[in-house]
Amino acid sequence: MNDSVYFEKVSVLEALKKGGTDIKLSALVMGFANLANKQIIKGLLFLFSEILFLITFVLQVIPAMGGLITLGTQAQGQQVVEIDGIKITQAVDGDNSMLMLIFGLASLIFCLVFAYIYWCNLKSARKLYVLKAENKKIPSFMEDFHTLTDGRFHMTLMSIPLLGVLLFTIVPLVYMICLAFTSYDHNHLPPKSLFDWVGLANFGNVLTGRMAGTFFPVLTWTLIWAVAATATNFFFGIVLALIINTKGLKLKKMWRTIFVITIAVPQFISLLIMRNLLTDGGPLNSMLIKIGLVSAKNPLPFLTDPVWAKFSIIFVNMWVGIPFTMLLATSIIMNLPQEQLEAAEIDGANKFQIFRSITFPQILLIMTPNLIQQFIGNINNFNVIYLLTGGNPTNPNYYQAGSTDLLVTWLYKLTVSAADYNLASVIGILIFAISAIFSLLAYTRTNSYKEGAVK
Amino acid sequence: MKNKRRLQLTLTYILLTVLSLIWLFPIFWVVLTSFRGETGAYVPYIIPKTFTLDNYAKLFSNSSFPFAQWFFNTLIVATATCIISTFITVAMAYSLSRIKFKHRNGFLKLALVLNMFPGFMSMIAVYYILKAFNLTQTLFALVLVYSAGAALGFYIAKGFFDTIPYSLDESAMIDGATRKDIFFKITLPLSKPIIVYTALTAFIGPWVDFIFAKVILGDATHKYTVAIGLFAMLEQDTINEWFRSFAAASVIIAIPITLLFIYMQKYYVEGVTSGSVK
Repeated sequence: MNDSVYFEKVSVLEALKKGGTDIKLSALVMGFANLANKQIIKGLLFLFSEILFLITFVLQVIPAMGGLITLGTQAQGQQVVEIDGIKITQAVDGDNSMLMLIFGLASLIFCLVFAYIYWCNLKSARKLYVLKAENKKIPSFMEDFHTLTDGRFHMTLMSIPLLGVLLFTIVPLVYMICLAFTSYDHNHLPPKSLFDWVGLANFGNVLTGRMAGTFFPVLTWTLIWAVAATATNFFFGIVLALIINTKGLKLKKMWRTIFVITIAVPQFISLLIMRNLLTDGGPLNSMLIKIGLVSAKNPLPFLTDPVWAKFSIIFVNMWVGIPFTMLLATSIIMNLPQEQLEAAEIDGANKFQIFRSITFPQILLIMTPNLIQQFIGNINNFNVIYLLTGGNPTNPNYYQAGSTDLLVTWLYKLTVSAADYNLASVIGILIFAISAIFSLLAYTRTNSYKEGAVK
Repeated sequence: MKNKRRLQLTLTYILLTVLSLIWLFPIFWVVLTSFRGETGAYVPYIIPKTFTLDNYAKLFSNSSFPFAQWFFNTLIVATATCIISTFITVAMAYSLSRIKFKHRNGFLKLALVLNMFPGFMSMIAVYYILKAFNLTQTLFALVLVYSAGAALGFYIAKGFFDTIPYSLDESAMIDGATRKDIFFKITLPLSKPIIVYTALTAFIGPWVDFIFAKVILGDATHKYTVAIGLFAMLEQDTINEWFRSFAAASVIIAIPITLLFIYMQKYYVEGVTSGSVK
C-alpha cells in the first residue's frame, strides 16, 4: 500500500524525462523497459499488444472510423452489368449503416482499451525507474502475479464483472444514445436503406414537433401514475401494517402471511390473472351481471375505457404493492420506541392523533429513500402496464401509443413494433433525465436525513 | 371502556377478513380454474361444476406448448444465473465496500448513472451484440445477459458488507493474511444472509423475466422459458383452448417460488431496510 503512494510522487512524465534509454524507449516500443530489466513475460505481453493494435488499427480501425463518420454512402440498389455483351440488372449490396455504427463504436472502444494498456505500460516503466533509482529488487512476474490476491485483489474480483458491464451495458447504451442523433426509423431501415446523422432533430421532433402531441400527454400520465401508485401503496401499506399490529389482535402472523403470499406469486402471473379477471367477458363482470348490478349488454369496461383503465391499473397496482409496504412498515413499527406512544396515550391522545403526529412521521423518515426509489421504479414500471393493458385502449390522437401507455411502454412499442429506433432512444434519454433529477433529489435528501434524525 | 375495545377489535377482524378475501380471491380463482372441467376461457361462475386434472396433463403431453421442456430450460438458466451472478454481485459488493482503491467513488457514481437508464433501451443493441457472437436463440445468451446485469446490482450487498466492522480485516492483516484470505475465510462466512438473499433473487429472476427472454429467444419455441411460454398461451387465438392450462402452469410455478419467497422474507426485509438507510 505504501509503495503505491510513493510511486505517485514521481510523475510518469518526469520518469520519462529522467530515465535511461530503456525507460524512454518504452514510450515508443511498449514493454521495452520491462524486457531490458528482465521482466520478460510482462514485456512480451506489452509488446505483443502493441503489435496487435497496430495491425488492427491499419486494417480495421481506420475504415471503421470512416464508416462511423459517414454511416455509409452506397445504398442498396440495382446496377446494370454487362456480361458477355448481355446487359443484366443485378442487385447490389449497399452499406449497412447500423453495422457501420456498431463497428465504429467497437473500434473506438478498442482504441480506448489500448490507450489504457499503453498507460499501464508507461506506469510500469516508471515503477522500474523508481525501483532502480532506489536500488530495490525488481519483482518477478510471479511476484507481480501474487499481488492480485492481495494489494490488487479488487482487480481480480472486478475484472470479469466489469467486462460484462462494458459489453452488455455500456456499449449498448452508447450505441442507443448515438441512435438518438440519427435518422434510423421505419423509413430508413438497414440494410435496405441508409440512415445518417441528423443532430438534434429528433429531440426537436419529440419536444416541439410532430411527436409532442403524444409525448406530453404520455409524460403527464406517467407522472400522475407514478405519484398515485407510490402514494396509495405507501399510505395504505402503512395503514394495513398498523391494523395488523393492533393491540390484542390474535393470529398476527397468519394475517401477515396471507398478504405476503400475494407478493410471492410471480408478478407476471398475478398480473396476467388480473387482466383476465377484469376483461369484458371475465368473471368479475359475469358476477356483477348475475347479481344484477350491471346489464349483460354493457359490461363494465375495466380495461377498455381510457378512464376506467387508468383507475383499474392503479387499483391492481395497490393489490400488488400494498403487501410490500406492509412487510417493510411492520418491521419498522416493531422497532419504534414505545415510550413516546405510551406517554401520548396517558396524555389522552386518540389513535388518529398518535398516528398523525408520532407513528406516521417516524415511518416516513425511515422509508423516504425507499419511497423515492419506488417512485422512480414506478416511472419505469413496465410490467404492470404491459401485462395488464398493453397500453390499450388505443388512442387515435397518439403516435404508436395507447391511453394507458407510460413512457417506457411507449419506448418498447417504438422499438419492437414501430421500428422507430431514433425516437425510442430520445424517449430513453428523456426518461433517464427524469429519473436522474428525482434520484439527485433523493440522495441530497437522504444525506440531510443521515446528519439529522437517523442514528 | 372494555366494550368499546371489544367492538373495535371485532371491527378490525371483519375488516381484515374482507381484505384477505380481496387479496386471496384472484389466487383462489386461478387454482379453481386450473381444475375446471368445463371448456372455454371464462365461465360466468367461480366454483367449477366438474373437476379434472386434464389441464395439468395437457401441459406435459402437448408438443406445441412443451411445458416440461420450458420448465427444464428455466431451471438450467436459473441455476447457472444464480451461481454466476451471486459470485459477481458478492465480488463487486465486497471490492466496493472493503477495498479502498483509486476511482472507487467515481465508479459508484457511474454505476448509479448506468442504473438510471431504462433497461430495455439497450435491449436491441444487446440483441445485435449477441447476434455478432452467434448466440441469439440460445439459453447461454440468457445466462450471459442476466449475469452481466448482476454486476451493477451490488447496492444491497454492499450495504451489508459496510456493516461488518473493518477492524476484523485489520487484525487479520496484522496477522499476515492477504486480501484473498480475508475475503474467503473471514468475510464470506459472516455474510451468509446476504449470500442467500442474492442467490435467491438471482434464481427467481429468470422465472419471471419475459422481456429480454422474448427478444433473445425470438420464435424458438422449444428454447422458451416458462414466462414467455405462459405469455404465448394467452394470445388471442390460443386463449380459449389454453387458459385453463395456463392456470395450471401458473400454479405449478407459483408454488416453489412462493415457498422460496416466504423462506427469504426475513432477508428481504433486512436487505431493503438496511441497504436504503445507509
